Amino acid sequence: MTSTNGTGTHGAVIADTAADQADGAIVELRNAGKSYGNIRALHGVDLAVYPGKVTCVLGDNGAGKSTLIKIVSGLHQHTEGEFLVDGQPVRFSTPREALDKGIATVYQDLATVPLMPVWRNFFLGSEMTRGSGPLRRLDIEKMKKTADEELRNMGIVLDDLEQPIGTLSGGQRQCVAIARAVYFGARVLILDEPTAALGVKQSGVVLKYIAAARDRGLGVIFITHNPHHAYMVGDHFSVLRLGTLELSADRSEVSLEELTNHMAGGAELAALKHELSQVRGVDVEELPEEADLTAPVAGGGEGKS
Amino acid sequence: MSMTQKAEPAVTTPPASGPKETDGRTAQRPLAIRLLARPEVGVFLGAVAVYVFFLITAPPVREAGSMANILYQSSTIGIMALPVALLMIGGEFDLSAGVAVITSALTASMLAYQLSMNVWVGVVVALAVSLAIGFFNGWMVMKTGLPSFLITLGTFLILQGVNLAVTKLVTTNVATDDISDMDGFDQAKKIFASSFDIGGVEVKITIFYWLAFAALATWVLLRTRYGNWIFAVGGNKESARAVGVPVNFTKISLFMLVGFGAWFIGMHQLFTFNTVQSGEGVGQELIYISAAVIGGCLLTGGAGSAIGPVFGAFMFGMVQQGIVYAGWNPDWFKAFLGVMLLGAVLINLWVSRTATRR
Repeated sequence: MTSTNGTGTHGAVIADTAADQADGAIVELRNAGKSYGNIRALHGVDLAVYPGKVTCVLGDNGAGKSTLIKIVSGLHQHTEGEFLVDGQPVRFSTPREALDKGIATVYQDLATVPLMPVWRNFFLGSEMTRGSGPLRRLDIEKMKKTADEELRNMGIVLDDLEQPIGTLSGGQRQCVAIARAVYFGARVLILDEPTAALGVKQSGVVLKYIAAARDRGLGVIFITHNPHHAYMVGDHFSVLRLGTLELSADRSEVSLEELTNHMAGGAELAALKHELSQVRGVDVEELPEEADLTAPVAGGGEGKS
Repeated sequence: MSMTQKAEPAVTTPPASGPKETDGRTAQRPLAIRLLARPEVGVFLGAVAVYVFFLITAPPVREAGSMANILYQSSTIGIMALPVALLMIGGEFDLSAGVAVITSALTASMLAYQLSMNVWVGVVVALAVSLAIGFFNGWMVMKTGLPSFLITLGTFLILQGVNLAVTKLVTTNVATDDISDMDGFDQAKKIFASSFDIGGVEVKITIFYWLAFAALATWVLLRTRYGNWIFAVGGNKESARAVGVPVNFTKISLFMLVGFGAWFIGMHQLFTFNTVQSGEGVGQELIYISAAVIGGCLLTGGAGSAIGPVFGAFMFGMVQQGIVYAGWNPDWFKAFLGVMLLGAVLINLWVSRTATRR
């Protein structure tokens, strides 16, 4: 890797590519699916990611969320349907290829090296250097300055970039990882359950930076099993259930209650109804019964794709 | 790695002037406490304490010649403690480091003597063998994913056995033959085992190598991409891999660096004593590891320095020679080592708990 120069903000690039496309989707899955041997983990999934929009993928454990992001991030290949980036069909064999296309994944636990300073973490693997040959060394001043600027642009203010990143809260660490992905040329940001291990306040911090990344023109895929978090920042919602699309709807077409119902689905609803009645004071009587939920399947999404 | 920055919009730079805003949650701790929280400072104070102790109890230590001797003793430990420390920061162990020194010396000595060649041939082949042992250790660890403790324990036993058996097979003795009258010996001795006269005191060349290597290691650790990668692969291997750090390259090259150190010390021993005892080296690996740990390198990887092990090795050299100067039984050395190791670890623990308390 050669030394990296300049600040990495990509608003201009995104605007160009968006104009080229008819529908503007950076990443699109059409009727995509994935089988592991004779097990069909995912099939018939449509998904589109637009610049400046947050696409939420919801689903319970085992619904196929991980398989979906592994296809998009290049860890696995799809076995049916189409996967398009900028309108061109692609098939990634390594995460590196996805990264080169501007698709960056921020994993829940794979984001940082806890004992290393914030700025070293920010540039890890893509360090800026100066000098050449045996004298090639880290350009520490420039890296610190750039990291500070980039973090401030995302609204993260840290007193001391020398502090080990492990001393930051879980939410702040996620935010640094997001800022890093944005800086290193991401156009599409995949966030794998960024709020799953976090408390209420920290989740709020992460959601704020998801919104910040969206406002900088990135397309965001936000994977979660928390419909409340999804509804706070999402523009489009796709609910997976047993490997298929249970719901695909824009924000205007779906309410939080409906989203929660779809997310919970079937047998789990009764328990959730009970919980909701205690926790949030929702009028449980108005929630649909189990039988009502089998009808509306993937209705909203078909008009779009 | 090819993700470079493309555009530089003018709007992103925040106003440069004005006081930097802070999040106001981190109060600056006093300088003394921040310094004490650094393990290198702790081991430095420990080394000073040990020095003062022997200064009082063993009067011969006060002479300059004794100091040169103590530093020499420290340097032979310290030169190996450096790569062992870097490897430890990188998250791995090498238990074969002690006997690998002897393997290297035996290779050079027997090859040159038995084939009646210039000693430099033996020196170069020994380097290749040492690097190959390092590569084998690293490659096995990365390929199998087994703890390096197990892999290098295996190499340790193999080398220990091979050292003795092959030496007996070739020389029908447990030591190699004297190579001091062979071609190139004097030249090689100048490089690996000479000494200087500084102000009437004989100073061994290894002291200078030791300090130069320490300075180089510090620079590499803190100022180069490779150093960044060492901390990263030791701190969190999977994260490092996910952001594009060449984890296998970094770890295998660290094992090979230990191989290089073993070769260097092996050559020093060969050209100092002219012959090699094939059964030596056992137990030395624990001394190197102890020096690194006392020097503040984290046993689990991800933190440490190159300067800490320098003081760690100095403490060891000081105790080893100090006991002799004090006229005590040298058998006390190992007991001293154990006490120092435990003491250093406990003090480090206590200091880091007190100093980082929030």
